[in-house]
Amino acid sequence: MDAHPFIPNSSDEIRKKIMEKLGIKSVDELFRDIPSSVRMESNKWDELDIGLKKPLSEIEVKRIVSEKLGKNKQLRIPPFLGGGAAPHYVPAVIKYIISRGEFLTSYTPYQPEISQGILQAIFEYQSLMAELLDMDIVNASMYDGASALAEALLMSMRVNKNRRKILLPSNMNPFHREVVMTYLYPHISQGRVIVEDIKYDPVTGLIDKEDLKEKISKDVIAVYLQNPNFFGLIEEDANDVSEIVHEYKVLFIIGIEPLSLGLIKSPGELGADIAVGEGQPLGLSLNFGSSYLGIFAIRDDPKLLRQMPGRLIGLAQTIEGGERAFAMVLQTREQHIRRSKATSNICTNEALSAIASAIYLSLLGRKGLVKLSRHIYYKSHYAMKMMRKNGIRANIFNADFFKEFTVSFNEYNISYQSIHEKLLEKGIHGGLYLGKLYPELGETALFAFTEVHQKQDIDLLVQSIKKSWRRGSRYV
Amino acid sequence: MFRQAKWSEPLIFELGNNGREGFLVPELEKEILDTVGEIHIPEKIRRTKEPELPMLSEVEVIRHYTRLTEMSYGVDNGPVPLGSCTMKYNPRIAWEIASDPRITEIHPLQDIRTIQGLLEMLYELQKWLANITGMDYCSLHPAAGAHGELAGILMIRKYHELRGNSEKKKYIIIPDSAHGTNPASAAMGGYSVIEVPSSKDGNIDIDALRSVVDESVAGLMITNPSTLGLFEENIVEIANIIHEVDGLLYYDGANLNGIMGYARPGDMGFDIAHINIHKTFGAPHGGGGPGAGPVCVKDKMIDEDKGISLKDLLPGYLVEYDEEKQMYYLKKPSEYSIGALKAFFGNTLPLIWGYVYILMLGAKGLRMVTEHAVLNTNYFNKLIENTQGLELPYGKDRPRKHETVISAEKLYQDTGVSAEDIAKGLLDAGFYAPTIYFPLIVKEALMIEFTESETLENIEKYAERIKDIVKTTYSNPDEPKKWPRNTAVGRIDIVKANHPKYVAPTWRVYLKKLKRYSTGEKQ
Repeated sequence: MDAHPFIPNSSDEIRKKIMEKLGIKSVDELFRDIPSSVRMESNKWDELDIGLKKPLSEIEVKRIVSEKLGKNKQLRIPPFLGGGAAPHYVPAVIKYIISRGEFLTSYTPYQPEISQGILQAIFEYQSLMAELLDMDIVNASMYDGASALAEALLMSMRVNKNRRKILLPSNMNPFHREVVMTYLYPHISQGRVIVEDIKYDPVTGLIDKEDLKEKISKDVIAVYLQNPNFFGLIEEDANDVSEIVHEYKVLFIIGIEPLSLGLIKSPGELGADIAVGEGQPLGLSLNFGSSYLGIFAIRDDPKLLRQMPGRLIGLAQTIEGGERAFAMVLQTREQHIRRSKATSNICTNEALSAIASAIYLSLLGRKGLVKLSRHIYYKSHYAMKMMRKNGIRANIFNADFFKEFTVSFNEYNISYQSIHEKLLEKGIHGGLYLGKLYPELGETALFAFTEVHQKQDIDLLVQSIKKSWRRGSRYV
Repeated sequence: MFRQAKWSEPLIFELGNNGREGFLVPELEKEILDTVGEIHIPEKIRRTKEPELPMLSEVEVIRHYTRLTEMSYGVDNGPVPLGSCTMKYNPRIAWEIASDPRITEIHPLQDIRTIQGLLEMLYELQKWLANITGMDYCSLHPAAGAHGELAGILMIRKYHELRGNSEKKKYIIIPDSAHGTNPASAAMGGYSVIEVPSSKDGNIDIDALRSVVDESVAGLMITNPSTLGLFEENIVEIANIIHEVDGLLYYDGANLNGIMGYARPGDMGFDIAHINIHKTFGAPHGGGGPGAGPVCVKDKMIDEDKGISLKDLLPGYLVEYDEEKQMYYLKKPSEYSIGALKAFFGNTLPLIWGYVYILMLGAKGLRMVTEHAVLNTNYFNKLIENTQGLELPYGKDRPRKHETVISAEKLYQDTGVSAEDIAKGLLDAGFYAPTIYFPLIVKEALMIEFTESETLENIEKYAERIKDIVKTTYSNPDEPKKWPRNTAVGRIDIVKANHPKYVAPTWRVYLKKLKRYSTGEKQ
């Protein structure tokens, strides 16, 4: 076989040289300790359905993949989908920097002296995010917003060891909720913790404070509040919730949407003990749900810090001369040191996504962030107003929203599916159907509007819904 | 000679100037402003304190981060032989394909009819990974190796629960040479860990294993080859011992690069396995992530009456094909699934890297990958054998697979120069250091994994450099303590960086502490 470009020693000449040095006639001699009963013979292996069995050239691979991707259907405008991720613009600078090999192909910076650049970049992510959230300590990242929340709850259980109840709002992201339940499963099945729902007010769509007051007690470990909540609504009474929660020395966890924080009070201002969130809006592509960023932050409190999961980069100094430097710190919380007593098993995280977000926050700066927040607020409100103008029931709840809102077709007895079909025919992807996730909402969908949607896109969507609705109604 | 860039680059907070902007937010049309009017967010929830973000122009931002890349080191710069990390070449063709807008612009909740091409690729990847590992089904859902381990442990718990044994199953057995993620994952699944020792030849001590296995054992987690780079010769017997008490065998795929095409976990008796796409299949590590850690199972029956098997417990979503509609679709494995571990499908971008990597190599090429990874390891061992102060512990005469672990204990006893000092000496030559002080069962461990990507020339230079370091150490043992000299900064004071008085994981904490201590206030 030819030498392979990825395998520099695969030429016959070099292979021979290595084998001579090792004093072996066949490479199989290096595998003789594999018992024959489990050894794979090469002729059998070569016939397995793995790739196209033999190596291919770049030219061939590109063609194959391109043909496959051609089967995807190109949308005319970015989808109006939210629900935990949404189309946002990714500046060219970000794509360029994170494709540089020194970052892209490096490992977790275990050797700090040769990894100062990436350590500083992650430290800056932690520091920029701390300013955005107005929280003191941010870790180097979790897998995504959902797993960050799950780990926040596990952490809360360690901090409040002798309590056993977790309160989750019913207007939180249901995908996040599922992840929480997966992580909590061993604890729930062993009776160590129970999870209770806090109702949402059917009129405002906001957390029901009375229900919270009824359920909160000194047995509660933590209360979670997502702001804006899953319906896109701004939890305007978050301060009251914070007060209720802290009265019982319960940990208060706030889930944020980073681009809303130019307008909405930060978790720091709201008295959160832990803040989590999905960092995707901060300079990350949609990628079919991939390579997102779990934001995880805490108040500067040694009791919390000791139990915090994930990696932390800290300021340091050189031994000689006391120069400024960066290094991984407080590693004794982590799995490679503490093993079964670690605060989490996380090792590989989303470092490069964190750096992308740091670059985005650096570009935006304090002015740009506020402008972008405002921009998204206006775009989504314009969409809502235009829908209402055209007789579509937009934002079914009585509270203000950011980026996302509900659209209901219940009154007109139209299935959302029929509207979705009509939109898709035109290359427009509408919002997320909520009837399955929230049966009480029936034929309602969640639409998202961001800086990537231009005015004419929104106008086209509204007109298309209106048209499809007339035609769509006939199918029901 | 190697000299890393040294920019003494200020923090982003120390750069920029008032009023600068690095990104233009599009102006809102008058019609939008008029239609919407004022912002209606109630005052009580309006942010009053602007976030203290710096203000920079675009050119300043790009210079800053470019300089930071110049003070970093990846596989594109040179050898990164970190043991158990499998730092192989990350093919740029995979980067190019993974940057295709037909992938990057897909929303995770998009109608499946609009993403048939992508789903087809993911479907094929599921199948290929199953064939590579000899397992029956794979879920591409977990975001990293440890995430796959968590999935595996939760499946083990669910398995015993469905069999009505969850009360008595309390322990996960893990060898003393295992990665830290294994015991940490076991603990997250609510299990206690029993460690079993390795015997002199590097295999698990079978007698010790037998002595701890009883009905309370829920499962066993191991890598094979082990972190010593040795194939576990008794794996079939180990599988029998665990299966006899209805325990499950979990395969940590971190070391798959050592056996691809030569042996498959599915054939060895493993029930569940995870794969590190960012190790074995060429996806980059990105300075710590994102990765992808698919988890695969043998379709072992759990409850015959209800027809539940291990496949039903898999996490997240499976890509399946509907023959009738000729359409790929996403499906939750079953009502018995352990559920989702992240909000959406999986870490698709690293998965695409893996897809392209497998396509570039095919079965034949993947076997060649392992062949050369193993040749490189043993070649290196040959080059440094008989070096004063260094030893190859465990199974001295056995061939290594993907990696080798060398002990510098003798050197340390003779001279006081440690594995860490050797590591710093390697940095000075422009090489990344090996993994050090791991596995824990080897003192002053240097764990080295070149992978198939390293050139013969670099392996020889690396060995030469280690020999030079040893020579220097015996003639002038104070010298290595002064290393590294050629990196962006010299040796870092890790103890001080972790001291409660100084520890500063963010700029704002640093400023707060600075103020506190400069005003004489006590912590």
